[in-house]
Amino acid sequence: MTLAVRVIPCLDVTAGRVVKGVRFTDLRDAGDPVEMGEVYDAAGADELTFLDITASSDARQTMYDVVSRTAENVFIPLTVGGGVRSTADVDRLLRAGADKVAMVTAAVQRPAVLAEVAQRFGSQVLVLSIDARRSADQPSGFEVTTHGGRCSVDMDAVEWAARGCRAGAGEILLNSMDADGTKSGFDLEMIAAVRAVTDVPLIASGGAGHPSHFPPAVAAGADAVLAATVFHFGEFSVAQVKDALRTAGHVVR
Amino acid sequence: MTVATGAAPTVAVLDYGSGNLRSVVRSLERAGAVVELTSDLRRSVEADGLVVPGVGAYAACMAGLRGVSGPRIIGSRLAGGRPVLGICVGMQVLFARGVEHGVTTSGCDEWPGSVERLRAPIVPHMGWNTVEPAVDSVMFDGLQDERFYFVHSYAAREWTMAAHEAFAAPAVSWTSYAGDRFVCAVENGPLWATQFHPEKSGAAGRRLLRNWLATL
Repeated sequence: MTLAVRVIPCLDVTAGRVVKGVRFTDLRDAGDPVEMGEVYDAAGADELTFLDITASSDARQTMYDVVSRTAENVFIPLTVGGGVRSTADVDRLLRAGADKVAMVTAAVQRPAVLAEVAQRFGSQVLVLSIDARRSADQPSGFEVTTHGGRCSVDMDAVEWAARGCRAGAGEILLNSMDADGTKSGFDLEMIAAVRAVTDVPLIASGGAGHPSHFPPAVAAGADAVLAATVFHFGEFSVAQVKDALRTAGHVVR
Repeated sequence: MTVATGAAPTVAVLDYGSGNLRSVVRSLERAGAVVELTSDLRRSVEADGLVVPGVGAYAACMAGLRGVSGPRIIGSRLAGGRPVLGICVGMQVLFARGVEHGVTTSGCDEWPGSVERLRAPIVPHMGWNTVEPAVDSVMFDGLQDERFYFVHSYAAREWTMAAHEAFAAPAVSWTSYAGDRFVCAVENGPLWATQFHPEKSGAAGRRLLRNWLATL
């Protein structure tokens, strides 16, 4: 009896449509998130993540509708992130049909929101999403960024992960901004550094370009692996990632 | 039972707080039930089946449950032999008590024993795990080798209900995570429960819900 490594397709959504760009720019349209959610469910995805990269509040309502329509027909766990700022936002997303919410910028700006969410809804709904990159200015060698990597904040990413766990985060989504979109593999040192200081599940994200990139991320300490572009544009499938993990000796569903 | 042969069973999902109840409702509909999300005592007692969901802290769940007379609803149904299915914390509250952060909270006390924090290096236990179904399980009929989705930090590590010759022995199923073994499902007469989330467990979850609906 072993817990399976989770393979999680991520859908970047804006105005109700799935997008994904190389390093968060140069966006391309890859379809309807609800339909894609169903396709990934059928393809053996273990969870789904929707990241709302919409800026306007008008389009936020569209996101609640997307979540709600997805929950009608998709029966695997759904995490929703992007623009989640308060317990009220979390409540609304959970009621729409999300199982977990990911917080990025709001948590950096006001860390107390993590404890507020965890106390009201439980740690299991709270994913602390960290967009991190290498930096010689921080003790661990990794710094926290916000706004899709456009802003640097003076925080050590590894220390922030540990603090987030203590504050009540039930899971860490670690995205390497250096590796994101490069398809050159996960930042294994970053995964190992965060694994060493956290005791909640860790999702590795950023840099996947080939099925062979996934097993080393798990070996480095990830409990789950997340990717977007490579799945959306059919470069390889969830099943191929699971085959690679299985061949490397990891348990998958 | 008021259900005519072939008619879809009615299920009340007890609404006593926040969380993703939509998926619980939709998964039961997909499994073939006519579902109502309600906190009304009478509707909850009259439905063919009652689902007690639950996420978050034990104490908060018990407070919410008491707020809608949940223990009374469950008790009334069981006294009439009417099926109840607890899910996740909705299963945990059926035990005598829960211990979180050193604070003990009384549960519904349908079963003896306590729900305590998992002893694993990484908690919550989050993801798809296998189960050891009880030999005489009806719940897991056709599902012996399937994985189900778990997300929890607490569990019942012991099953201490004394056997009684007047009652059929409950079917207790188990799961292990990082060497920690705990109760993952119980079938005790009309009272069933799962520590995992059938509504989030894809096709296996749907089959399990159908197995439950077949008992209504």
